[in-house]
Amino acid sequence: MENKVATIDGNEAAAYVAHKTNDVIAIYPITPASPMGELADVWSATGRKNLWGEVPEVIEMQSEAGAAGAVHGSLQAGALTTTFTASQGLLLMIPNMFKIAGELLPAVIHIAARTVATHALSIFGDHSDVMAARSTGFAILASSSVQEAHDLALIAHAATLESRIPFMHFFDGFRTSHEVNKIELLSDETIRALISDELVREFRSRRLSPDQPAVRGTAQNPDVFFQAREAANSYYNAVPDIVQGTMDKFGQLTGRNYRLFEYVGAPDAERVIVLMGSGVGAVEETVEALNRNGEKVGVVKVRLYRPFATSALIGTLPATTKSIAVLDRTKEPGAPGEPLYQDVITAIAEEQVAGRTAWESFPTVIGGRYGLSSKEFTPSMVAGIFAELEKPEPKNHFTIGIVDDVTHTSLSYDEEFSTEAEGGTRAVFFGLGADGTVGANKNSVKIIGENTPLYAQGHFVYDSKKSGATTVSHLRFSKQPIHSTYEIKNANFVACHQFNFLEKMDVLGVAEPGATFLLNSHYGSDEVWNHLTADAQQQIINKDLEFYVVDGGKVAGEAGLAGRINTVLQTCFFALSGILPRDEAIEEIKKAIAKSYGKFGDTVLERNYAAVDGALAALHRVEVPAAVTAKTNGHKLIPDYAPDFVQRVTALMMEGKGDLLPVSALPVDGTFPTGTTRWEKRSIGDEIPIWDPEICIDCAKCAMVCPHAAIRMKVYDPEALETAPARFPSKDWRGRDLPGKKMTIQVAPEDCTGCGVCVDVCPAKSKEIVRHKSINMRPLLEHVARERKNFEFFLEIPEMDRTEVNPNTVKGSQMLEPLFEFSGACAGCGETPYIKLMTQMFGDRTIIANATGCSSIYGGNLPTTPYTTNSEGRGPAWANSLFEDNAEFGLGMRLALEAETSQARSLVAALVPEIGEGLGESLLSADQSDEAGIAAQRARVVQLKERLERIERDDARNLATLADSLVRKSVWIVGGDGWAYDIGFGGLDHVMASGRDINILVLDTEVYSNTGGQASKATPRGAVAKFAAGGKQTAKKDLGQIAMAYGNVYVAQVALGANNIQVVKAFSEAESFNGPSLIIAYSQCIAHGIDMEKGMSHQKEAVDSGYWPLFRYDPRLEDHHPFHLDSKKPSIRFKEFAWQEARFAMLARSQPEEAERLFRLAQDDIDERWSLYEQLADIERNVPGDLSDEEVEG
Amino acid sequence: MSVDLRTTYMGLELAHPVMPSASPLTGDLNTLRRLEDAGAPAVVLPSLFEEQIEHEEMELVRLMDFGSESFGEATFGYFPELADYATGPGTYLDLVSRAKNSLSIPVIGSINGTSKGGWIKYGRLIEEAGADALELNIYFIPTDPKVSTAQVEQQYLDLVMSVKQSLSIPLAVKIGPFFSSIPHIARRLVESGADALVIFNRFYQPDIDIEDLKVRTDLQLSTSTELRLPLRWTAILHGRIKASLAVTTGVHTSEDVIKLILAGADVTMMASALLKNGPDHLRSVVTGVERWLHENDYESIEQLKGSLSQASSPDPGAFERANYMKTLVTYAGPFV
Repeated sequence: MENKVATIDGNEAAAYVAHKTNDVIAIYPITPASPMGELADVWSATGRKNLWGEVPEVIEMQSEAGAAGAVHGSLQAGALTTTFTASQGLLLMIPNMFKIAGELLPAVIHIAARTVATHALSIFGDHSDVMAARSTGFAILASSSVQEAHDLALIAHAATLESRIPFMHFFDGFRTSHEVNKIELLSDETIRALISDELVREFRSRRLSPDQPAVRGTAQNPDVFFQAREAANSYYNAVPDIVQGTMDKFGQLTGRNYRLFEYVGAPDAERVIVLMGSGVGAVEETVEALNRNGEKVGVVKVRLYRPFATSALIGTLPATTKSIAVLDRTKEPGAPGEPLYQDVITAIAEEQVAGRTAWESFPTVIGGRYGLSSKEFTPSMVAGIFAELEKPEPKNHFTIGIVDDVTHTSLSYDEEFSTEAEGGTRAVFFGLGADGTVGANKNSVKIIGENTPLYAQGHFVYDSKKSGATTVSHLRFSKQPIHSTYEIKNANFVACHQFNFLEKMDVLGVAEPGATFLLNSHYGSDEVWNHLTADAQQQIINKDLEFYVVDGGKVAGEAGLAGRINTVLQTCFFALSGILPRDEAIEEIKKAIAKSYGKFGDTVLERNYAAVDGALAALHRVEVPAAVTAKTNGHKLIPDYAPDFVQRVTALMMEGKGDLLPVSALPVDGTFPTGTTRWEKRSIGDEIPIWDPEICIDCAKCAMVCPHAAIRMKVYDPEALETAPARFPSKDWRGRDLPGKKMTIQVAPEDCTGCGVCVDVCPAKSKEIVRHKSINMRPLLEHVARERKNFEFFLEIPEMDRTEVNPNTVKGSQMLEPLFEFSGACAGCGETPYIKLMTQMFGDRTIIANATGCSSIYGGNLPTTPYTTNSEGRGPAWANSLFEDNAEFGLGMRLALEAETSQARSLVAALVPEIGEGLGESLLSADQSDEAGIAAQRARVVQLKERLERIERDDARNLATLADSLVRKSVWIVGGDGWAYDIGFGGLDHVMASGRDINILVLDTEVYSNTGGQASKATPRGAVAKFAAGGKQTAKKDLGQIAMAYGNVYVAQVALGANNIQVVKAFSEAESFNGPSLIIAYSQCIAHGIDMEKGMSHQKEAVDSGYWPLFRYDPRLEDHHPFHLDSKKPSIRFKEFAWQEARFAMLARSQPEEAERLFRLAQDDIDERWSLYEQLADIERNVPGDLSDEEVEG
Repeated sequence: MSVDLRTTYMGLELAHPVMPSASPLTGDLNTLRRLEDAGAPAVVLPSLFEEQIEHEEMELVRLMDFGSESFGEATFGYFPELADYATGPGTYLDLVSRAKNSLSIPVIGSINGTSKGGWIKYGRLIEEAGADALELNIYFIPTDPKVSTAQVEQQYLDLVMSVKQSLSIPLAVKIGPFFSSIPHIARRLVESGADALVIFNRFYQPDIDIEDLKVRTDLQLSTSTELRLPLRWTAILHGRIKASLAVTTGVHTSEDVIKLILAGADVTMMASALLKNGPDHLRSVVTGVERWLHENDYESIEQLKGSLSQASSPDPGAFERANYMKTLVTYAGPFV
């Protein structure tokens, strides 16, 4: 049967089959599995049918636990159901997996296997999630390539129906899930042939139904549970044969024959590696290469991991086997070995003891860990393992791919060993997130894969930043199928799409001698050489590279595609690589463009075509001189005065050389220092704001709205200017509160992202030229040298004495030092200004519990993190636990603080004779309701510690350790709407109900921003989001009202861009309120489809239209009218606001009638809620309970 | 009454010379039907703007692509992939064909731009969607002192020629009044392929908000006083160019219509009047015209047409006078 060829990634390959073979799909997004659910949603939305002619129902739940529950329920009621997940999500499904397996319900969970969070979170791939679920009773099938992810998906769906055992089908996160490869697409006929309708009928006939009532999920007692648990044994015993039978049938239909365990290698091999997952690709290549050189090695690929078919495994091992290395892509601390190792060694022992093995003596079996969190696993490492197996006493429980200089588990290996095929193209492309490089490369893989007999593979590596991120694309094209599951180290084509990368990273290190090097350069072929670093020049000469340049920016600009250089560079790639004849390549590129962009309209197409047409004329070969002419190598990344950890560890990570760090360099418990973003000067803003003091009105709005603390205000004594650099700008401070002072607005030029929000909000306009404001965006290159000096000086100016500042005003708040700076958040992010404000107001005494989401990524993604310390060494302490538990996590922190404070107070009381009654009294009765009070208490604690040093008692030592808890601390629970409205809502609710003194900040972007824009219960009606492609049908959940129902919770709904002072008041009131305080903060986001520069102006419209009403509910208000509306009656219609945001406008264009309907309802939502809130403002409430606003101590 | 109100407009036979011009009213199928019920002899659909199409498409791509393929947890960007974004002329062409299906009067499409770009093909697409004629609206606000009048005019002519080449339906060209010689540009436009001239395009002039120190553009509807400008030029052009003449701007009442027909217009067009008073206003205007013709013993519109054009006027010089001392000297107002 002729099968179609497709170039897709592992996620799509698996989801394709899942969508065809199921009735119901209940999911929750999690990286790297989210695309499976999203694709299923798009397919269902466009009417794609399953095998039975029905469109599968796709629903997004509130968490994976919810999804698992929905899957369980759907299976019970007789629908073929599936889900997709990874990592933490899989863990949350475990309770239901036990149930589903225990009830013999057939289903498949497709998993893009990802690291389980331990000392850190990781979005990358390994088997720790699947292994954590291995005792649930699910069968487990492992795919090691994109083709297998497709094939085994079908085999899983077929085998589960026949065996009644549910299956986990997994493939490696990112390495397989996101790898684009050329595969044979299964036809509907093939899929049909394997899914037996009779078995489906049998499944349905067992469904829970009042027409055939039954009881499931009984509670059983010691008399029968055990027996009932054993009753399903024969079903498990039958699975291996059923799976092999299905694989055989599959083989007959497609020619691809799979086995439960598959051996590849020398028939008389002595050394064998056993493993599963994508690592198989690297091992197989190595086995073939080594055997060609006369060695005798082999590999066993594990496909069916559970049930573990012991005899089948032994059957595949050659009789000549002397030593075996079992590789696990997970770690199980405390166990005698990792899971697969344990299973293999148990299997061998059992069969050996039973006399069912062919070899003479028990082989040496060693276990090793590799590839955790997508650590590269390369043929050179595999060769190293085979070399180890040759030793008389090979190291057991080893690690490979790292340097373990602490417990010495790591093996060494020869890095030069390579199995890259001769011939074939290996191309590496360095691009910037915004320039379209990855998209173009995916198209190139498709073009070649689908139009030539060549095989094609694309693997894409992203860095940790949300904007200005570097992308590296690894593309292989070959006449043979490509199983190289590792990054390219010897490329014969290297493209650098951003000129300044040459300074920042080692671009040419990956080039092999004689490779082609294509550089996107503004400089022409005759002058570019003079602008290269010495290192780059050296590599070009040493490796004899063929060097080409193209001014991609110019060609793209002329075609009307500012900044999107992708099609220009792609055309040049095809021309230089010669994979396709030039004209054919250009034609195919244009076809691909039409496919990708056709639905956006002709203008886009024509401009891209023009870019393609103009590309080759702008491509020029560069004459390479014989010697290096450059003197410099760019500037050193980290200055010598940076802290030791930053220089030793962080610096390497920033350079992209983190792999070189040995185990000893990393913290043992996941604790990292704060304040490291200041060392990473990214300079990603093309323009930065330059201050004109003549016009400034001291409003401080610019500093307030800056997402990155890259523009700041300082008010200071004039004496500080004595050492100022020549052109350091300053002006008199106008406020009468601080007479005689000076002030400066200063930009951090190399940290600014150029978002332009500060300029957008600046209200001060020049009288002569209205366009000229007090701050104006100017080209970075023209101003950076001077501003760098100015900023360095600015930082040295002493901070205002906090006790002299009124922090409850906009200006006052911005006089305080921000302790959250230069995060990796998107340019123009709406969330970060709130966090920055919080750290300005309370940062030196705050602990933050941060939910997973954007705020945990820009807040904690290495190599550098943005929370920082003041000159006294104090600053926010921050931790991310999980997604679902964040409120509880924060509550736990508050409970600990209370326990510690309580103990400290008891100790103070007990030690009064020794420390003095005066000090003891004042410590215990301190009023810490303002900065002065806190400063005073801090001074007392210093005194206390001094006195305690002289007391030789355990009590005193204990108190010395706890003394800091006598100073009042602020606990903030921070997270997005995904956490607060959905997965973490249960915990949030419990925390609000607890009545404890804790602050909660919900950064509401109204969508799951971090994972790419899936709808949450905070998504408003009519907005387009993933899983709401036709516009969200239901109205936004009113979290504020739910919280207010308690009566004793402080609730505020704020929007910085609409009302600065209300935000400051809300933070201040929340902090002072002795009880749970909830702030819901409107945060614009790129997922709203807006020009991020105008984000704050959008906030104004959101409020003016009544879409986002501002209010504060303060239970303390003595007039018993705790609810106060802070925004005015709506003055513009919803439509006026909505049309300006693509998330609404998109629907209006693509489905005008539906948009009309939803927008009308959205307007009704607003009107009704406004009416409700107006009534609430009049309502009198007298909540029972002690609501005194006495300040809490500590 | 048996007055013959018929007129011919670039080959289209119309029941009478009062028709709705491009406005928000003509963009909605329901209102189009109401206009037809109110007696509209033809309609001009709202204009499809060159910059709107291009801008919207590029903006949409920019927003959809923004942030995609740069962060590992959101590789496919932040929006779901829709089957159709309905950018470009799709929605408009849909309106054209649905209007043709619902109405029995001629439907005239409209496109708006300044330069020869790929978007010109939308004229052809509009024809394929069923339009009976096309109105090409050219406006260009020159700001560059180095670009000469001749260059500006040539741009207009090139545009008309390329649009005309792609069409087999009649082409009307709508222009503004800011030319050194309106008769000259009129003649050249006709030579380049215009089957009708529509005078005058009424530019939306920007305003300044002195509170916010911002430049504002908003819609200000016309009044009858604006009639005088096109009135003069209708009279001058009538009989001098081989194309139909349509007049828009300031047409509010039946008197306005009559004046224009006297000056030589083949057709008059209303937008603001209908926006202010509703579609039924059309019927009352036509009734008013018919009554006046009847009361003044005219047999037909054709008879009336151009009888007071410059060529036929007893005082042709009056149309050429821009400033007349007597007009100024005899002006009387509260402060004079």
